[in-house]
Amino acid sequence: MSPLGAASQLLEIAAALALAPLFAGWVAQCRAWLQNRSGPGLLQPYRLLHKLFHKDSVIAAHASPLFRIAPYVVFGCMTLACGIVPTLSTDLPLSPAADAIALVGLFALARVFVSLAAMDVGTAFGTLGARREMLVGFLAEPALLMVFFSAALISDSTSLTTIVKTLSSQALVIRPSLAFAAVALVMAALAENARVPVDNPATHLELTMIHEALVLEYSGRHLALIEWASALKLFAYACIGIALFAPWGIAQAHAPGALLLALPVLAGKLAVAGFALAALETLSAKMRIFRVPEFLGMAFLLAVIAMLVAILLQGAP
Amino acid sequence: MSGQLINLFAALLLLLAFAMLSQRRILSLIHLYTAQGVVLVCAAAVMGHATHQPHLYVSAGLTLALKVFVIPWILHRVIARLNVRWDVETLINIPTTLLAGIVLVIFAFNVAAPIAELSSSIARGTLGIALACVLLSLMMMITRSKAVPQVIGFLALENGLFFAATAATYGMPMVVELGIALDVLVGILILGVFLFQIREQFDSLDIRHLEKLKDQ
Repeated sequence: MSPLGAASQLLEIAAALALAPLFAGWVAQCRAWLQNRSGPGLLQPYRLLHKLFHKDSVIAAHASPLFRIAPYVVFGCMTLACGIVPTLSTDLPLSPAADAIALVGLFALARVFVSLAAMDVGTAFGTLGARREMLVGFLAEPALLMVFFSAALISDSTSLTTIVKTLSSQALVIRPSLAFAAVALVMAALAENARVPVDNPATHLELTMIHEALVLEYSGRHLALIEWASALKLFAYACIGIALFAPWGIAQAHAPGALLLALPVLAGKLAVAGFALAALETLSAKMRIFRVPEFLGMAFLLAVIAMLVAILLQGAP
Repeated sequence: MSGQLINLFAALLLLLAFAMLSQRRILSLIHLYTAQGVVLVCAAAVMGHATHQPHLYVSAGLTLALKVFVIPWILHRVIARLNVRWDVETLINIPTTLLAGIVLVIFAFNVAAPIAELSSSIARGTLGIALACVLLSLMMMITRSKAVPQVIGFLALENGLFFAATAATYGMPMVVELGIALDVLVGILILGVFLFQIREQFDSLDIRHLEKLKDQ
């Protein structure tokens, strides 16, 4: 492990922790603009985290230790996920430890813990939210895996850093398979991050909420960790999209200068991605929960088509 | 470069075929059909440019006139007069149809692989996709119970065939192409009349009514 690699790894995790709430705030702000509202301001997520960390945490009398551990596990999973996805540099000491499949596994681990914690206290809403979360998760996961596989077909490796290296170093070619995979990833990301067509992040209407129902019992620092983790998850998904489909500007190994440049480039790309996400959310209407399997089935289908097209057109000139 | 462009158009065509399969609204089906026409025009024009075959430009122009303007316009008029904008009933639910679609695509790719090796065209890799589009359109005709989506499925099938011809052999001879274009045009006119007749007889466009004998 080179010192530069360690530095870029640390920088990447620090950037993720610091930028993730800002990214969430940016998406909320763009949504507000697009809906002709003035919006809460970019820094609102930081204020929320600050407020929550200074509040006392109230825990139900029947809660088991799992309920207390879960926020830390979820936060740890998301931080590690942000550490694996190459956002600033491809020279990451952590990346041999976990490839794309393990990344999907990390998301799954976080999901299992948050769902178990929601069921732990025994309120009706927690159980309902946990079931819905698992329904969405088990459908979104294969789609996400297929997206990774179709990108892995190009670089013959499931390691994210190798994929990014291969994709960013080759000449500009049109790859229809990647275009399909990108759409599939967006659909899976919308579902996994509880965004509008699947779930409304701002809702507190009991019948429709998924994410909010899961974390209903949390308060204080636990809630802050969970909110931060969900911001990190959104950030990680945005970075996965950037790494797979717009990898230009990510620093290669042994290039300290490029590392400095990578941060503003990443910020620019994230700004565009956040605006696109807000526009997408504004344009689409929330769908019924029973339509979600169909929506995610489409995502899976698109990802499979991407793989098939990649295989078929690989031999073609 | 043009090879890549044609691959892109082929992939878009496949995507549109799946989109049609999953679509619940007739109006959106017509929009998708129009988009398919646009993709076909682009593919034919790029093929013509890449292989220096001027007659491909003619067929691109023909496709533009017919499949992007005339046929969608006729379809819009038909659904406006029949007043069927929204409802599309499927016989099998849509996710199942889509999964079956994936199986069809794999089947088509496997069937086309040996044929594509014989071809020397720059777009030989796309033959499998063209075949898949044909099969998907056929499946759309099978799984829809109303007449208008079936007609659109038929038209999409012809799109797939046209693309297969362009991809594998640089287009059909001019006479054949003109003949097919006219056939499609006449076909859509006749089918339009047919739709009105079905509606007058049964007060519905559900073709299951056609299975009943009149004197029963």
